[in-house]
Amino acid sequence: MTLVLFVFLNLIIFNVLADSALAILRDKIDISVYFQTNVSEDDILKVQRSLASLSEVKDVEYISRDLALQSFKDRHKEDQTINQALEVLGENPLSASLNIKAKDPRDYPVIVSYLNNENLNNLVDQVTYSQNQLIINRLANIAETAGKGGVALTVILSVIAVFVTLNTIILTIYSTRDEIGVMRLVGAANKFISGPYIIQGVLYGILAAFLSMLLMVPLISVAAPYVKVLMPEVNINGYFYSNLLKLTGYQLGFGVVLGTVSSIIAVRRYLKI
Amino acid sequence: MISFQNVSKVYNSHSVALEGVNLTIQPKEFICIVGRNGAGKSTIIKLLIGEEKPTKGRVFFGPYEVNKLKPQEMPALRRQIGIVFQDFRLLPTKTAQENIAFALEVEGRPQSEIDEFVPQVLDMVGLAHRARNFPHELSGGEKQRVAIARAMINRPAVVVADEPTGNLDPIHAGDIVKLLLKINELGTTVILVTHNREIVNSLNRRVISLDNGRIIRDEANGKYVLA
Repeated sequence: MTLVLFVFLNLIIFNVLADSALAILRDKIDISVYFQTNVSEDDILKVQRSLASLSEVKDVEYISRDLALQSFKDRHKEDQTINQALEVLGENPLSASLNIKAKDPRDYPVIVSYLNNENLNNLVDQVTYSQNQLIINRLANIAETAGKGGVALTVILSVIAVFVTLNTIILTIYSTRDEIGVMRLVGAANKFISGPYIIQGVLYGILAAFLSMLLMVPLISVAAPYVKVLMPEVNINGYFYSNLLKLTGYQLGFGVVLGTVSSIIAVRRYLKI
Repeated sequence: MISFQNVSKVYNSHSVALEGVNLTIQPKEFICIVGRNGAGKSTIIKLLIGEEKPTKGRVFFGPYEVNKLKPQEMPALRRQIGIVFQDFRLLPTKTAQENIAFALEVEGRPQSEIDEFVPQVLDMVGLAHRARNFPHELSGGEKQRVAIARAMINRPAVVVADEPTGNLDPIHAGDIVKLLLKINELGTTVILVTHNREIVNSLNRRVISLDNGRIIRDEANGKYVLA
């Protein structure tokens, strides 16, 4: 049963990780619209307003030509060749752009098609729809599949745990059958006879819950540095310890349900109550 | 008080345990049930305490129709029937007084009652000095007396003794029978199931003889006759 609860706990933590990984990546997707250099700022701001009015759009950021040049220079201030080339050129070669973020990554195709309409075509130089989308979709799929796999694994292991607990309790019932016989003989109520076995099942659940939490402590401390490398924003250690009570509660609840179900089945089948 | 009405019990087509048994036992009676192995003596007891259900017929015990009781109603019935077996069925990990107290504990009776009743009943069976001994420290006769004390602690209306002397020598067997007579004198119905010819003949009480699941004789002052 400890194993089941351990897998269940891993599943919870995996879901938290997957959700935050997706959220982080989704936040990084955007569409950049580069305008022809001869388009006036007014026209661009008009486009910005019309985009902002779309229900799918979360945010539209305007980056003027000067701002683009400034950040370009900042990025390449070490690179003499580029600086010299800019000086030779004499004028700002960069386009103004709009960075668009959608509320939902699935809405980007809608925004792209809006930008591709004919009115805008002569203003827009190019639209870059970052290729992250493919990776994000894939990651979402992997997370979903792994999540489903985890649920399936939890279900299968739960069934096994119920059988194992069931057998343990059946063994206890078998080894105390004389005592049970005497109890019946002297007219013990069924509750009195079956109570200890139900409590036994519940105790198994509680014990398994605490064991699985204990098992998780070293696993979390080993995994946390790796997770930090992959996703600096996610603090799995912090998540575990700040949600310790809640996670223990889930574990206890699940463990007690499993233990009680097993012992009720054992008692019903083998005590003939 | 106890009545079997046309009761049959068939385990399978080759094994008929009881067939058309009609039987009435009055309060405060002392009856012996005799018969060969497999005659149906134990089946009568099992039907009476609700451990088995009759294939046909009805079994009454006081206000209860035993064959219609639900499992959750059984404990109430069993508390009115004290049962003593040949193999004593004492819990080896409990002392004599704990074994007796157990019958009260399972009912959830208060400790004060247990402390009051257990010594009384131990005294009645003559084992006050063995209260703290475990079953393996007691002789067969003493074990059986502890079992009788346990059967009596709930002050049942009926005590059923299923071969209580089967494992005992004649002297201890005689003690047990005397104890059962004493219990009967105090107003408890006693049903004694036995093989022991001398005991049945010396009692001179009602004897029901069984053969192949049928009652072949039911006499008020009967003797042990199987033929």
